[in-house]
Amino acid sequence: MKYVALVYYQESIINNMTEQEWHDLNQECIAGVEKLTSQGKFVTGQPLQPIDTATTVRVRDDEVLISDGPFAETKEQLAGFYLLDANDLNEALQLASRIPPARFGSIEVRPARELPPKD
Amino acid sequence: MTIASRINALYQTESRRVQATLIRLLGDFDLAEESMQEAFAAAVKQWPEQGIPDNPAAWLIKTGHRRGIDHIRRRQTARDNLSRVAEDEPYTPEPDTDHIDDDLLRLIFTCCHPSLAIEAQLALTLREICSLTTEQVASALLQKPTTTAQRIVRAKRKIREANIPYEVPERKELPQRLQSVLKVVYLIFNEGYSSSEGNTIVNISLAGEAIRLATLLAELLPDGEVFGLLALMLLHDSRRHARQDANGELITLEDQNRALWDQEQIRSGLAWLARALELTPAAPYTLQASIAAAHAKAATASDTDWARIARLYQALYQRQPSPVIALNHAVAVAMRDTPEEGLKLLDQLAGHKAIQSYYLYHAARADLFRRSGDLAGARTAYQRALTLTQQGPEQRYLSRRLTALDSA
Repeated sequence: MKYVALVYYQESIINNMTEQEWHDLNQECIAGVEKLTSQGKFVTGQPLQPIDTATTVRVRDDEVLISDGPFAETKEQLAGFYLLDANDLNEALQLASRIPPARFGSIEVRPARELPPKD
Repeated sequence: MTIASRINALYQTESRRVQATLIRLLGDFDLAEESMQEAFAAAVKQWPEQGIPDNPAAWLIKTGHRRGIDHIRRRQTARDNLSRVAEDEPYTPEPDTDHIDDDLLRLIFTCCHPSLAIEAQLALTLREICSLTTEQVASALLQKPTTTAQRIVRAKRKIREANIPYEVPERKELPQRLQSVLKVVYLIFNEGYSSSEGNTIVNISLAGEAIRLATLLAELLPDGEVFGLLALMLLHDSRRHARQDANGELITLEDQNRALWDQEQIRSGLAWLARALELTPAAPYTLQASIAAAHAKAATASDTDWARIARLYQALYQRQPSPVIALNHAVAVAMRDTPEEGLKLLDQLAGHKAIQSYYLYHAARADLFRRSGDLAGARTAYQRALTLTQQGPEQRYLSRRLTALDSA
């Protein structure tokens, strides 16, 4: 069953890291993804650029509204996502707990939904 | 014993186990409950003629399973979807009825899954494991029945849609998951032990449910903290007849008539504590039970081993550094040494925001001021405590203490 793991953390924590610490964190994540892939658990995923590169798009009354920044200001910011293939929620939670930023951020785990067949 | 009363007795002792297994076999809470009821109804009809089977639980499970499968097939046929269960499949494999105890554990761990909101865990546990009706759960938790019903429906839906598996956690996850279960059990006990809005202090039946649940857990999962929690609840509950007077007024531990303590329950609590001490002597519930035991063993209030209690609170604080535990430690020190020593420790807690709004903190200070002769200090502290409590008996108790100061 597919689960999305949305990785959130306070960007200030990253900003306060040394180059070495940031490098090491990334290497940990790379190793983590390799392990998940070899276990057949990793479907796809991507880290994201920082929140100040975000743009939000809304369409209201046929008008395309573009604004700077994330959809909402939040205490922790979305940093990346994983699409995992796990047997059940317990396994998904276990896998999510091993994502390195879980140590200082929050990982939201939610089951993916299949769209109904096309009409 | 007539067959009908035998079936009744079986319902009391076995219906939870049967349902727990049916949930595993059928993969659905509501269907399992429906099938379980139908199985018992079938027993009422068939056993008078066929006689009671050698293994009644297995018979009920097999019958419930068959009924459940029938329901599933009928639903699927109605939806015109025959791909999941072939029409011509004649054979329903014999269900595994040997691991009934495991199924009960599965049910407990699923109802107390940490990904469910705590209120949902409470309601689900009371409904599915303690077999209370939704109305009874609502009444016990002081909720509107519709709120409780919605919570339970949503919880079952989350279990289904997020695919929370019906399993006992793996060994390495067990300690943490067991903590969730024990938390729910203790919450149930405390919901029953005091009703913060109402006028009565003890709702006896919820405390009984929690004790029953912990006893079941102790049989299924012999873990030190399970024994510790069970001991703690038994020892607390043993004082239930002494905690209120005939008018429902609060009586503190010091003033309780110890002849009203349930000695049978104390014996039972101490026995479970002994088993807990063999396994987890320094774990939180075991420590709390040890403290309760120190009180239970004192024939009169002045026989209380306060030195031991102070040591135990100190050990507990190491594990759970909460201001409330520090408060209790300070009171124990005051009783062991002097009120002034206790007040000194309480002053150290003054900075904690949470403790300032905790009425027992101010009540404790008031009591120690009174014992040390500072009546003005006592008065102020009791008045502060009064502003922080809403429960009838506790308010009246504080008022009485306040009035008593004037005649001191």
